[in-house]
Amino acid sequence: MTRVIHKFTRKIPEWRPRLVPVKLEEATAEQLDALKVTPSNTKVSDYVLTLAHDVESLSVRSPLFNAIMYDRGGMSREERELGALAASMVNRCIYCAAVHADRHAKLAKDESVTDELFANGENADLSPRNRAIFDFARKAAEAPPSAGPEDIDKLSKVGLSDEEIFDLILSSALFGWANRLMHVLGDPVSRREAI
Amino acid sequence: MNISALTILTQAGVAPDSALSSVVSMRDNIIGMTQAAEEAVLRPKETGAFPHGLRAAIATRVARLAGDEPLAAYYLADAGHYAELSVPGEPGSQHQELAAILSFVDKVANQTRDAAAEDISGLRMAGVADADIVRLCELVAFLAFQIRVISGLRLMNGKSA
Repeated sequence: MTRVIHKFTRKIPEWRPRLVPVKLEEATAEQLDALKVTPSNTKVSDYVLTLAHDVESLSVRSPLFNAIMYDRGGMSREERELGALAASMVNRCIYCAAVHADRHAKLAKDESVTDELFANGENADLSPRNRAIFDFARKAAEAPPSAGPEDIDKLSKVGLSDEEIFDLILSSALFGWANRLMHVLGDPVSRREAI
Repeated sequence: MNISALTILTQAGVAPDSALSSVVSMRDNIIGMTQAAEEAVLRPKETGAFPHGLRAAIATRVARLAGDEPLAAYYLADAGHYAELSVPGEPGSQHQELAAILSFVDKVANQTRDAAAEDISGLRMAGVADADIVRLCELVAFLAFQIRVISGLRLMNGKSA
């Protein structure tokens, strides 16, 4: 039995597609290339197999995603995860929020920030720097986006460089994209208990 | 990098050789890939159920829902005979078959958190193929990203001005 999860959690759920993913054995050469399927790597998630229906988008999306979240320089990976989490909370993407809260906790070696965010949402008790980052990312994720000049000023005041601010814009915006795939195309479900 | 060919920079008014231009140049690769992603969702080789003009009309509509009129004008130029669909609201009789598609677009764009399993099953019952549902989501989802990068860059541009 599985059940759909509706509450924020750091425990990463399974993702169950609401439509039929591409079947690996029926994938075209272009799809296999985008899926990075090699003889030594034949494990592909249902999520990526679902996105393989639009192979042109998937081919550009994966490297873009990795560059925004992992490229060197600029904002720390931990703080980019906070930007991703803020957007995922606005859009209530339970799966994305779990993955990125978990990554934040591991990179920060601290679960208290994400515990506090899941418990108190936008009223969470955060450090001034995390508060400025979370508030900007949250407002930027709203539809229409509502971040204003004062939110950018706050980022500068707590010490973010312009390079870090641009990385925050990118990481929170990226989850405007990812949430609209993950939260719309599938359900987060509890993992089946091992028998 | 040729700024004039990069939508996020032209829309945000990032001038070549400006201080902001040198900040964002650290992420040249990301800016280039963002343009490639625009090509992939607006002007793909495999269009499925959504020809380029219809995609441009949907992009115009999503930009309008986000309150971004300059970006809407950029996409409207390619909407052709689908231009009427770029105005939020019900489609006219000429495009009535697209009503379910457009209401899905509006919800994914601006009421993302409320998207539910019934929205996908509704499209499937309306005869939309699974591959086309993914194509439609990628289009709207990419636009959500692009709109927010432009909006953030405009704020940065205002700050440095």
